[in-house]
Amino acid sequence: MATAPADTVMRTVDGTPLKVSLRRAMRRRKLAALGLVMPLFVFILFSFILPIADMLFRSVENPQVVTIMPETTAALQGWDGNEVPDEAVFAALVADLVAGSESREIGKVATRLNYEISGMRGLIMKSARRADRLEAPYREALIDLDKDWNDISVWKLIQREGAPFTASYYLSAIDMRYDDSGEIAAQPTDRQIYVTLFLRTLWISLLITFMTLLLGFPVAYLLATLPLKYSNLLMIMVLLPFWTSLLVRTTSWIAMLQQQGVLNDLLVWSGLVSDDGRLELMHNQTGTVVAMTHILLPFMVLPLYSVMRTISPSFMRAAQSLGAPRFLAFWRVYAPLTLPGVGAGAILVFILAIGYYITPALVGGTSGQLISNFIAYHMQSSLNWGLAAALGSILLSCVLLLYYIYNRIVGIENMKLG
Amino acid sequence: MIPGKHSIAIAASILALSATAASAADVELNVVSWGGAYTRSQLNAYQKPYMAEHPEVQLNSVDYSGGLAEVRAQSEAGNVTWDLVDTLLADAITGCDEGLFMPIDVDTDLDPAPDGTPASEDFLEGTLLSECFIPQIIYSTAFAYRTDAFQNGEQPSTMADVFDLEKFPGKRTLQKSPINNLEWALIADGVPVDEVYDVLDTPEGKDRAFAKLDSIKGDVIWWTEGAVPAQLLADGEVVFGTGYNGRLFAAIEEEGQPLAMIWDGQAMDIDGWAIPADGSNIEEVKKFLRFATDTQRLADQAKWISYGPARKSSLPLVDKHAELGIDMGPHMPTRYADQGFLIDFEWWADNKDAMNERFNSWLARS
Amino acid sequence: MALPTYASPVERVWHYAFHIICALIFLFLIAPILVIIPLSFNVEPYFTFTSGMLAFDPEAYSLRWYRDFINNPQWIHSIENSVFIGIASTILATVLGTVAALGLSRPEMPFRNLFMGILLSPMIVPLIISAAGMYFFYSNIHLAQTHLGIILAHTALGTPFVVITVTATLVGFDHSLTRAAASLGADPTTTFFKIIMPLILPGVVSGALFAFITSFDEVVVVLFLAGFDQRTIPRQMWAGIREQISPTILAVATLLVLISIMLLATVELLRRRSVRIRGIVE
Repeated sequence: MATAPADTVMRTVDGTPLKVSLRRAMRRRKLAALGLVMPLFVFILFSFILPIADMLFRSVENPQVVTIMPETTAALQGWDGNEVPDEAVFAALVADLVAGSESREIGKVATRLNYEISGMRGLIMKSARRADRLEAPYREALIDLDKDWNDISVWKLIQREGAPFTASYYLSAIDMRYDDSGEIAAQPTDRQIYVTLFLRTLWISLLITFMTLLLGFPVAYLLATLPLKYSNLLMIMVLLPFWTSLLVRTTSWIAMLQQQGVLNDLLVWSGLVSDDGRLELMHNQTGTVVAMTHILLPFMVLPLYSVMRTISPSFMRAAQSLGAPRFLAFWRVYAPLTLPGVGAGAILVFILAIGYYITPALVGGTSGQLISNFIAYHMQSSLNWGLAAALGSILLSCVLLLYYIYNRIVGIENMKLG
Repeated sequence: MIPGKHSIAIAASILALSATAASAADVELNVVSWGGAYTRSQLNAYQKPYMAEHPEVQLNSVDYSGGLAEVRAQSEAGNVTWDLVDTLLADAITGCDEGLFMPIDVDTDLDPAPDGTPASEDFLEGTLLSECFIPQIIYSTAFAYRTDAFQNGEQPSTMADVFDLEKFPGKRTLQKSPINNLEWALIADGVPVDEVYDVLDTPEGKDRAFAKLDSIKGDVIWWTEGAVPAQLLADGEVVFGTGYNGRLFAAIEEEGQPLAMIWDGQAMDIDGWAIPADGSNIEEVKKFLRFATDTQRLADQAKWISYGPARKSSLPLVDKHAELGIDMGPHMPTRYADQGFLIDFEWWADNKDAMNERFNSWLARS
Repeated sequence: MALPTYASPVERVWHYAFHIICALIFLFLIAPILVIIPLSFNVEPYFTFTSGMLAFDPEAYSLRWYRDFINNPQWIHSIENSVFIGIASTILATVLGTVAALGLSRPEMPFRNLFMGILLSPMIVPLIISAAGMYFFYSNIHLAQTHLGIILAHTALGTPFVVITVTATLVGFDHSLTRAAASLGADPTTTFFKIIMPLILPGVVSGALFAFITSFDEVVVVLFLAGFDQRTIPRQMWAGIREQISPTILAVATLLVLISIMLLATVELLRRRSVRIRGIVE
């Protein structure tokens, strides 16, 4: 380039074309900006994103049968599923059972298979305990030990769950299952729960969103139209709950709502209800909805308020001076202008509501439980971590979808924090 | 604010903190149990005397709410920090099958009875059901009721009374779990205690149990934490409640609440010790276990809580309550064994997944 | 919102009705929080007003539950944990978040929305999912049941707030200022402390307060990650509410409300200061 004849390209002092030099400078600045963001990005990746991805992977992971019963899994590869397998498969099973009870891992297979068919735990453990005393032919010996080994659905189950990945947790999460012949079918009605639960979670979240809008709109309107010195004072009433510990607010609602609580005492004192007829305001959906509406109300008021402040009062005056009655002017002119605030607040409240755990757990009883509570139940009590992960990933997808929409509409960084 | 310096200082202080967590004692063991009055009884009977004898050992008391979640997570992570766990027999069996707990040889690892009877013969029959589990106490889950709730002079005494809303109206509190509740529903429906599991094993039996539970569903408050039923009974929020007999004992005898026990249909269960596999202090844990399960120590625990010791040789040594001075004998569930049943662990191991699902689904339907 | 003199009777009625409705909503917002304060002085172990309390009988009030609180080593230990974990994770979150916000606010920042979306996700992902994920992952790297594990988890949850508040103070920031400083010979450190820091300080401090309250208030992650030694105040309250509900919790709650009032006042002062510095007319 240096030897090129003088041309029309603009150059810097050292002879590089200005365009190139500018591009370089730009790249440097881009890298500098990225360099500032990187520490946090890497931190969030390792402390937050990876753990969640790792957990969600459990919803399809299915290592128990394939690793602890490798011979049976291999022997069943070619099985056509029409009749009870032959001696070779039974011999492989006995070998796996002997090895599995020696390594004391066979119980994991028993636990895994029992999720699908009740009684598999007993069948596997009983057979494993006696496996080293069995003698060939193993087919007769095992069927003699427990006639369930003569049942094709047991073998179909082992063959199906012998795959390293499974869809059965997701099927459970939407109230489906593999039936005895291995086809996907609905759970029996007396065991269906999660679809109802998801619908209930959506319904309660919608109800709470609506309630916060209903209560938040007038408050935000008042705050936005009052002179600053008053509105700043009233704003504290919105911000104080926002800054108060979630557990404190939940405790407060327990004190308010329980049968021997403040609200019932007031009602009895005022004669609205009798002392025997105290209302059940807690340990049910009412408790969840009331407490969560209170807890999430600031998240509705703040975005509404920040949008309403920007609406000039002259719009309303103009409409009214053109002859529109006050209500019509409000409805046709003012209300549409608040829509960005309504959207921002509603999506935010909805996102926060569908993932709520603490408040429903403490005041929700049984009818006020949300999907999060069942994720916690499967994490901590039933130990069916695959199902917990499947339910969690469905919930997470809903939240991320809404988050995406929110980000497109509002821009997450425009979120108002008081 | 100078980011570099600060973050280094913080990192250093965090590392320092995690390093100084170890204390002066040579050996530290994390002993995990249920908390509350129960852990207190163990501290008084086992840990305190052991630490007095062995000043080089520090026994940390860790509370948990049962189940295998933590043990399994620690085992999967290869980071076993719990050394000894107080667990229910059913969980010990599952944990043993999955290799989470290690086998213990009852006769070599534990002391014989004072008269020389080997430990394997000294524990009550039918309690040594898992090679990983050393029985400690027999407890029961039973109903208590408020003695001031029913004015017409009639007091409930049978399981059928508990399910009789007409004769004994009012709220009940039951554990939010199918275990015990299905059995009680059948007993209340007229099934003899010794046939409960035969009936429950049939589809009709399960339907029958749920149908009976349906009849009181509207008047039930479900509890999940062991302390709650006694609280609800004491507050008068419920007139019947199921609870662990030790907690109910504390409410009746120590707090003087107007409550009485219904031993009819009591569901007896076994609680004991299990050692998580792959712990780092196995030998020290075994030493403590040997001490804590000897005849005298098991009898000592009954001075502090009304659970029956699991060794035959301990039974005659059960004495008076250490603080109240009342005779503990009549408060031991083992005395009323013929009125109740022992929970069938095998049946529940096979059926708990399906029954939990059905129970949760049943609860969700209103 | 003054009522014009020419308002019709309907408008008049509506005007007063509207104010009454608003007053009721404010009552709904604030009453539950204030109601626990007198209840925490109840001499009886109940969660409601006794007749003595309503008659302002001094005998009906006591500091019993506050004494209970102070004399309980578990509660004291939980305060130490909460404060230590809160401060450590606040410092980490503030440093990481502020630096990232500076990068995100630069006009040259590539994939800005994508990074923003990822960095703010801890605020949006349901806590139960975050907690479940951390439970397995942190167990694997031996961080479960350690203070460090909880500090890192709380740092992750707190950083979005710092990013948001600091970014907000940089909105409308004239980047030619830093270039001017550089062209006048200031090195980047000087530029940072002389030009940028005074401007973003209110955002940094209020972000730090948000990060602190996030950690101080967080219970779901603690439920999964904490062992007995790491129990924080909210974890202790959770146990108290679930297991043995006692007015001691109300005493703790009252103290926490006082803390929130202090934090709120600080943030409010900072916000006003920031607005004044940047000359934004509200």
